[in-house]
Amino acid sequence: MSDSIDIPVKSGAPMAAVTHPVESSISPGRRIWLRFKSNRLGYWSFIIFMVIFIFSLGAELIANDRPLVVRYDGHWYFPIVKTYAETTFGGDFPTNANYLDPYIVKNLTAGDNFAIYTPNHYHYDTLNYFAPVPNPAPPSAANWLGTDQFGRDIFSRLLYGFRVSVLFGIALTLSGTVLGILAGALQGYFGGRTDLIGQRLIEIWSSLPDLYLLIIFASIFEPTLFLLFILLSLFGWIGLSDYVRGEFLRNRSLDYVRAARTMGLSHWQVIWRHVLPNSLTPVITFLPFRMSAAILALTSLDFLGLGVPPPTPSLGELLAEGKNNLDAWWISVTTFTVLVVTLLLLTFMGDALRNALDKKLSDASLSGGGK
Amino acid sequence: MLSIENLSIRFGDTFAVKDLSLQVSAGERVALVGESGSGKSVTALSILKLVGSAQTSGRIMLAGSDILKKSEPELRRLRGRDVAMIFQEPMTALNPLFTIGQQIGESLRLHEGLDRRDAHARGIQLLARTGIPEPERRINSFPHQLSGGQRQRAMIAMALACRPKLLLADEPTTALDVTVRKQIIELLLELQEEEAAARGMAILLITHDLNLVRRFAQRVAVMEKGVLVESAPTEQLFTAPQHPYTKRLLDSEPQRDIEPVPRNAKPVLEVSGLAVDYHKPAVGWRQMFKKNSFRALHDINFELRRGETLGVVGESGSGKSTLASAVLGLQYASEGEIHIDGRALAGLHTSKQKRALYAQMQVVFQDPYGSLSPRMTIEQVIGEGLAMHRPDMDATARRARIVELLQEVGLPGNVLQRYPHEFSGGQRQRIAIARALAVEPEMLVLDEPTSALDVSIQQQVLRLLTRLQKKYNLSYLFITHDLAVMRAMAHRVMVMKDGRVIESGATEDIMSAPSHPYTRALLEASMLS
Repeated sequence: MSDSIDIPVKSGAPMAAVTHPVESSISPGRRIWLRFKSNRLGYWSFIIFMVIFIFSLGAELIANDRPLVVRYDGHWYFPIVKTYAETTFGGDFPTNANYLDPYIVKNLTAGDNFAIYTPNHYHYDTLNYFAPVPNPAPPSAANWLGTDQFGRDIFSRLLYGFRVSVLFGIALTLSGTVLGILAGALQGYFGGRTDLIGQRLIEIWSSLPDLYLLIIFASIFEPTLFLLFILLSLFGWIGLSDYVRGEFLRNRSLDYVRAARTMGLSHWQVIWRHVLPNSLTPVITFLPFRMSAAILALTSLDFLGLGVPPPTPSLGELLAEGKNNLDAWWISVTTFTVLVVTLLLLTFMGDALRNALDKKLSDASLSGGGK
Repeated sequence: MLSIENLSIRFGDTFAVKDLSLQVSAGERVALVGESGSGKSVTALSILKLVGSAQTSGRIMLAGSDILKKSEPELRRLRGRDVAMIFQEPMTALNPLFTIGQQIGESLRLHEGLDRRDAHARGIQLLARTGIPEPERRINSFPHQLSGGQRQRAMIAMALACRPKLLLADEPTTALDVTVRKQIIELLLELQEEEAAARGMAILLITHDLNLVRRFAQRVAVMEKGVLVESAPTEQLFTAPQHPYTKRLLDSEPQRDIEPVPRNAKPVLEVSGLAVDYHKPAVGWRQMFKKNSFRALHDINFELRRGETLGVVGESGSGKSTLASAVLGLQYASEGEIHIDGRALAGLHTSKQKRALYAQMQVVFQDPYGSLSPRMTIEQVIGEGLAMHRPDMDATARRARIVELLQEVGLPGNVLQRYPHEFSGGQRQRIAIARALAVEPEMLVLDEPTSALDVSIQQQVLRLLTRLQKKYNLSYLFITHDLAVMRAMAHRVMVMKDGRVIESGATEDIMSAPSHPYTRALLEASMLS
């Protein structure tokens, strides 16, 4: 038929009327990943961040006051996973063994006995009763980054504190994103009355003074990480829901959504398959920025003493300690560095992600100009 | 006066314009014709040196000096004074924050050093000359307060303000309704004749509309993919085209090739007394309690039989797209009934019944870029309806069916895993047609299916639609503003204006002997040969 003459497909092999070999092409998601990768700063920030994060997930294997393996009197012990009494290793009391006690250390190294320690010998809450220098102690071979005013190892506290911050950030980002998408999607897709009522409720909700609520709740309940997560989640989704609502309002009137509805798809199917995938750009763009905001929120609360209870390792608590011990520079300088590097890496990643998702930039680089 | 010599414009490695030479003498009307992507707009912009980030070579001589060699301050003196431009979409070409008087006055004060009061007076004169009623009042209007035609007139007034030697008109009528289109063209012709006699103003018209060219231009230059393929006086080009591409363009007038509907064909769609209201938001708190509404459709009655094409013609705002939405069940009908295959659309409540009904009618939209979800592969796009309506098919059978559908619409079966952005407009429209056919409907609602396509592609899609109609005995509800398309495709025509059907009947009757004055105006304005 003459009507099947057409301009060949823009990119790709000649169009023969072959049916079998199905040509596949790069999916939009993969294109975004490739563009993200081509931004070197963002890509390497991502790699570095992931490496640090994975290390911090295994913090117990890096900084711990319990040895990984102990060989004592011909028996194998695994203190890292099991608690042993001090009497097991020749101590006097049936309390938990303190593997940093010089007496125990002597027993563990006598004769054929040996103990393999983690690279750093202190857990985040280990108090070193046998420190040679008064606390806070400057960096030394034993305490790589020094100790705080209670004699806890700074490196260990930073490592665990980073992990807590990032995990908290991820959890808060996820909950905020899910709630934000849900609220925005419902308002944007159904519009009209739903939208009107939803918007008024959000306006009321967002005018609640969240910081004061937090302080009040922190004084009523024992502040735990979980309570903070719940409280911050309650207010963290509002900004995002507005963006998602806007995208849904735009996308729901596009022809492919109308075509899908004529196809007989239910609202839920239309939202899930058609509108949502095309409305995720602001969500993905904001992910790293939301995460750094979450980390910063936790740090600030901890700094003010409204956050997690001691001895939970936390960057904010370390900063507060640094403020109280200005002469112990190693506390504030190291904490500050970790915080700045973390936020900087997240910002670089966010920038790269935003450029990768920017339609205008990508179109310009793909088509090379024209209209 | 204007002489373009061996102009090449490159974006990176792709040539937008290649080795183009074109002369425009004083007082001449030249048309630059081509399909989208042919480089015609880039050529026009390069005359003002407004093409950013492109490598340009060759010469553009205007009144003896090379524009491409001029410095930025020299160019600024030239733009608006020697060469002025009219854009396609006056809404976006005018600044919404200034009155049109301020915008006309701006170039007068800049180039001719007039003070505010003189510029205002000249602005009124110019507006009066472009035929805007009450120019004294209109000069203080903001662009959004004017109608589309008036905005384009204001644009023309602005362009003529400093008596340019050359006027570049880039698709000046494409965004306008047909009746307005005709007025604007007549205005341009009249003004040019006047200006040519006095000062030798030339017009370079950039367009894809051949009817417009025939009516307007003295000489035509045809561009294809950045290359000027033919240039000749208008009559000569239309009667004896030399280049095969020109011939193809001229041949792309849609041809009527449809079969008559059998007398006993059963009705697929019956609409009686249909009315649609839109809610208009009231001001402030009142919207919570009171509803304002606006009637978009009044008392529509028609029926569509099996294998028949009913054309719905009208200008923007006539309610033809609302009609499509109502028929498809996307828009709530305030009054009246819609029956599909004898079953009432409004009576369906369970999703199963609705689904069965949706298998009977499908839709193809105007914009090939907006009608396919950018994140779905072609297989997913076409397969979605199949998965929904044919649960008996397994994955292999579904894929086979999708390949079959693709071949039916003239696409190879190996594009299953591709994404919509890799296809051209015409190809996307084919995919949209394949998606609609997937559920084996009896009826298609075609909402301006070819308006966004180039003429030659448009014709291919129309041929495809005709062939599919014959093969599957499909009924089409064909909505368009293009009477040439309507004449070729429709068995019967319904002319709409302001939400009412003002005339309906067999296509030949309406085309040859329209009874309503509006239909006559519409026919005359569309300049069909």
